[in-house]
Amino acid sequence: MIEIEAGGIASTVQDLGRTGHYHIGMPPSGAMDRYAHTVANYLVGNDTDAATVEMTYQGITATFRDDAVIAITGADMSPSLNGDPIDTWETVAVDAGDELELAFATEGARAYLAVAGGIDVPEVMDSRSTYTLVGIGGHEGRGLEEGDRLPIGDAPAERRELVGTRIDDEDVPDYANEDTVRIVLGLTSYRLTEEAKETLCESEWTVSSEADRVGYRLEGPDLEFEEREQPFGAGTDPSNVVDLGYPIGSIQVPQQPIVLMQDAVTGGGYATVGTVISADRGLLAQRQTHKSVSFESVDVDEAIDARRDQNARLEAIRADIEGEN
Amino acid sequence: MATERITPVDLPEPRYEYGADDHVFVELAEEMSFTANFKAMAITQQVAERDIDGVVENCPANASYMLRIDPEIIHPDDLIAELKEIESEIDLENYEWETRIIDVPVLFEDPWTHETLMEFRERHQDPDGTDLEYSAELNGFDGVESFIDAFVGAPHLVTMVGFVPGLPWCFQMVPRNQQLEVPKYVEPRTDTPSRAVGFGGAFSVIYPVQGAGGYQLYGRTPIEVLDTEQTLPDFRDSMVFPNPGDILNYRRIDREEYDAIREEVKAGTYEYNYGEVRFSPEEFFESPAEYNERLMEVVE
Repeated sequence: MIEIEAGGIASTVQDLGRTGHYHIGMPPSGAMDRYAHTVANYLVGNDTDAATVEMTYQGITATFRDDAVIAITGADMSPSLNGDPIDTWETVAVDAGDELELAFATEGARAYLAVAGGIDVPEVMDSRSTYTLVGIGGHEGRGLEEGDRLPIGDAPAERRELVGTRIDDEDVPDYANEDTVRIVLGLTSYRLTEEAKETLCESEWTVSSEADRVGYRLEGPDLEFEEREQPFGAGTDPSNVVDLGYPIGSIQVPQQPIVLMQDAVTGGGYATVGTVISADRGLLAQRQTHKSVSFESVDVDEAIDARRDQNARLEAIRADIEGEN
Repeated sequence: MATERITPVDLPEPRYEYGADDHVFVELAEEMSFTANFKAMAITQQVAERDIDGVVENCPANASYMLRIDPEIIHPDDLIAELKEIESEIDLENYEWETRIIDVPVLFEDPWTHETLMEFRERHQDPDGTDLEYSAELNGFDGVESFIDAFVGAPHLVTMVGFVPGLPWCFQMVPRNQQLEVPKYVEPRTDTPSRAVGFGGAFSVIYPVQGAGGYQLYGRTPIEVLDTEQTLPDFRDSMVFPNPGDILNYRRIDREEYDAIREEVKAGTYEYNYGEVRFSPEEFFESPAEYNERLMEVVE
């Protein structure tokens, strides 16, 4: 069991999310940076879908009530155990009574804490992911607070043998400098002028202070819409369309772009003009407020290749970890 | 009015679009119509029946639909080819479905939405009126009462569920020339009471939870559309009550009835008043007013 002493800014239990309920308005939720979440799990011998603690900008302070094997990945929040710094992207042993403390993120926005056996909160609709808007999943459907106790799933004693494992430096993302996310233009991009599509892909955007698990609002130049007589049912603003489904990662343009993330609103009446590819959504989730982001337009096959590459890289990391032990 | 019929719309060629590597979005029409919505429902139902490997989410919407896929199982282009085949085989004339006619009591001009809409007046087109006064005038009614009469005068079909869990988008079941239409707020509100009944574009909605919103606010229903604890009897199988294809009949109630229903909901005993019926678009198009009346007979 882990006892939370300070919950940080926005820390929630997340796995890979819940699927099959988008049509009733239920977003998947799940880890915003799937790569970091998965590597953390692999480092402690878990499967990719075990639940981790996702921490935003500032991590948790917590005491372990049992011996445990942990790994922290993602944003660098200078973690320490009983006051001594510990490495990230590395398997670490924890003894009962140890206090783990994370500070503010120096690079990246989200860190992941995996524990051998996984965070063992009850499943809601086959997932342990927290969706705070309606208060389901994770720990009581909300962010972690002082006094919360997180149960840890059973893990075989051999997991201790993983302690000291770390992944190759080249597999650790450089959150400070990776500022380009790839997108596939489309959806209702016919609403934008050709110039506006170019502006979208050629401008430097800034992550606004409204950037959370629902969406990332970006700031930059205005985008012009094609003129048209608004179709029946759409509403009067040029940015309005007849309400439609929003893909995860889709970029909508009420005025300035908003990229929808894991707790997305599932549909609505703003024109959507493209979608961040699945392999790069985690990178966007690691961009801090006030940092720059650029979009690079790719075609669908490049997007699929990027997804395959990321999965192959994760599989190689898993094989390495298993091979070393 | 009773003799007026609805003419099916000729839809354009659908737009097939990639939502990056893992979504396919299909826009059946830019404008809203029953034809576009029935087609979205018929196609997504066919997709569900075919149980296509690699399709992980299947979401019908008002005049479009969206599928989420695992592209390592099915390439978007292969899926699009199959969707085109389904599209060419859909026979909307004979498409029918089992639906529920659901009684939705509404307290119009309630104190809670009134407080909210007054609070956000500076974000509204008409800062000096109420949302109902604005909507009534815009749609050519002589006052709020006659506008509400029109709003409850014919049932509303659930054409999409989403935004947040359980929110139904509903399209009133009348010919185009009787459809109400209003803009959304100039600037979205940061707050809306839960269970608020709103209207934007050509759609009525029920907000499941408190939160942001941009639709005109007309009233509040005492019943829930989302029950995450699943304690109410009608939510045993799902947290969400309305489904696409359901038909909502908004019914005007007074404060006394509102409070009484609220007590039942809080006690966990409230049961939705609804009846089941097979919906025929053809018969509906032929004589909407008369067909609606027959539909309403299944609710006491």
